[in-house]
Amino acid sequence: MNTDRRFPVRLDLKHGTVDMSHGAGGRAMAQLIAEVFLVHLDNDLLRQGNDQALFSPPPGRLVISTDGHVVAPLFFPGGDIGCLSVHGTINDVAMAGARPLYLAAGFILEEGYPLKDLVRIVESMAAAANAAGVPVVTGDTKVVERGKGDGVFITTTGVGVVPEGVSLSGDQARPGDAILVSGSLGDHGVAILSKRENLGFEVEIRSDTAALHTLVAAMVAAVPDLHCLRDPTRGGLATTLNELAHQSGVGMRIRESAIPIRPEVSAACELLGLDPLYVANEGKLIAICPAERAADLLAVMRAHPLGAAASRIGEVVADPHRFVQMETRFGGSRIVDWLAGEQLPRIC
Amino acid sequence: MKYVDEFRDEHLARGLAEAIGAAAGPDREYRLMEFCGGHTHAIFRYGVQDLMPPNVRFIHGPGCPVCVLPMARIDHAIALAAQHRVTLCTYADLMRVPASERQSLLKAKAAGADIRMVYSTQDALRIARADPARQVVFFAIGFETTTPPTAVAAKTARAEGLTNFSIFCNHVLTPPALRTILATAGPDGVQLDGILGPSHVSSVIGSQPYAFVPSEFSKPLVIAGFEPLDVMQSALLLIRQINEGRCAVENQYTRAVTADGNRKAQALMAEVFTTRDTFEWRGLGFLPHSALRLADAYADLDAEQRFPVDVGPVREVKGCECPAILRGVKEPTDCKLFGTVCTPDNPMGSCMVSSEGACAAYWSYGRFRGPRAA
Repeated sequence: MNTDRRFPVRLDLKHGTVDMSHGAGGRAMAQLIAEVFLVHLDNDLLRQGNDQALFSPPPGRLVISTDGHVVAPLFFPGGDIGCLSVHGTINDVAMAGARPLYLAAGFILEEGYPLKDLVRIVESMAAAANAAGVPVVTGDTKVVERGKGDGVFITTTGVGVVPEGVSLSGDQARPGDAILVSGSLGDHGVAILSKRENLGFEVEIRSDTAALHTLVAAMVAAVPDLHCLRDPTRGGLATTLNELAHQSGVGMRIRESAIPIRPEVSAACELLGLDPLYVANEGKLIAICPAERAADLLAVMRAHPLGAAASRIGEVVADPHRFVQMETRFGGSRIVDWLAGEQLPRIC
Repeated sequence: MKYVDEFRDEHLARGLAEAIGAAAGPDREYRLMEFCGGHTHAIFRYGVQDLMPPNVRFIHGPGCPVCVLPMARIDHAIALAAQHRVTLCTYADLMRVPASERQSLLKAKAAGADIRMVYSTQDALRIARADPARQVVFFAIGFETTTPPTAVAAKTARAEGLTNFSIFCNHVLTPPALRTILATAGPDGVQLDGILGPSHVSSVIGSQPYAFVPSEFSKPLVIAGFEPLDVMQSALLLIRQINEGRCAVENQYTRAVTADGNRKAQALMAEVFTTRDTFEWRGLGFLPHSALRLADAYADLDAEQRFPVDVGPVREVKGCECPAILRGVKEPTDCKLFGTVCTPDNPMGSCMVSSEGACAAYWSYGRFRGPRAA
């Protein structure tokens, strides 16, 4: 039943597609917002229908972060661009040790994109935001001509507050600190790649996309003197460790045998000539803390469902070169460098 | 991971390392050339050199197809895409290889050429089938390992009557390259005591074609798999031959390589391709009978014939030591450009591009050892 008198004919969410008028600011756009976005993302602030959301922040320092999402394919095993755009920004806010409060979302839609798929994406966003307790409170929609986009791009911005006494930053890793990861690495990148290239693996590898803020809250509560947190997304563990080493002016030594990687991810990487240390994650974090707090932190992480496979993988060391080095499972040692270009599959 | 972890077992590695330590006499050097980039990669990725006594040294060979491709061929490929507006399908490794005038396929793509990265010949065929109005060229590259799949693509295109598919053939042959390395070895060239022979190439051509290595050049050769334990065991086999004063072709990679190789694949290659009179290799120069082109019966699928291009003279990068590195004469750290202006992010030479290139392996995995650690 249609109760909104502005739109006597409802959008055809079965066969309809996005057209240029949906981004033109007129009645068609208002209808798209009402019948697609508001229906699913509904909350008090969004329902006010303003161009911004007005709220009083709780005490503490504010954190803001933004993240553009351009994943292809839009739907992949374990998730889609909708939940990914919620998780990605929540995680970026949470890595400051913050409690995420609200999200804003900007959509760039391509003319001709099926409305039924857009609805699936928005439903997935709403489910992720509800589960995380972090509502989407304001947004924007633009439409670009067919061929000028790739279906849907979503940019999300998040705000959060950092509790008193917590101060995390990538420049705080100190020689002697312990390096921990929250679980198996490479799942997201391999899940995406397996669909993108139609590789058709027998075992479906699912993305690990997840919101990590409750895990972070537990970690920060137990070990408030935690030094750094970062989520190893593009460029994977290897690139993120290099970023942290560079920012802090230290080196790192990690142990290959301690790094959790699922056998199916490891096998897929082997086949594609990829190194799982460079493959993207969307539901994992790296934590660096004083060595004497590592056991406590690991216990807290393992007690949380998103940290059940957490592992202590190495130590921060003094090194003017700021190299990340790895003791290989084989008994040798090598550098783990920044990702160069795209990860290139071998051909011979 | 089954069938993989077994070949990366650290306990077995320690055992092998002890055996090598015991076998390698302290009074001499063992200079072993690993032919393939796959070996180089394994040596660095797993830290195999750390497990070797200091007098056992690996010298990196030319067995990286991306590295040995001369700049002129990349120039040619760019011209194909730019002058004939074809869709050029290529393996990803080639995208960043430097061409003349600071060009590369990646830059040509950014400038509007239709260049696509594919994982196999089948992807290229799919693109051709999907759009009959588009001319699709597959940039074929590689040693004997990747040649049979290109032959299959040619036969498939023929069988399906795909008139918009052709092949830019750059397949090269391993034995002539090995012969050139050995013929120029010695005081002026590379000094070596034994060779770790190709693994996957040998699964196609067999071990027979290497007979000339001991008979003509009196060097031992062990066909070696690409896993780190394969490399170590092969090094041990070579050291034993050297100690005993023997030189023979031995096969460590028995799980894939036989004396005769894959007859079916060889027959396919012989049907679809024929040997070129000469072909240029980066670092090794023009080598007679060292590469393949499409056989006359398949000439209609030959992109070089279908799309004649106008290519200017090649402009090599000054100071780039890739040629000497590919011959094993110099190490990456001997190059003035290494790590200064030439890095994987901004490669000046092909050896820095491919993950199998010696410079990329040095830079990515091993530069903390080097005298010029960044």
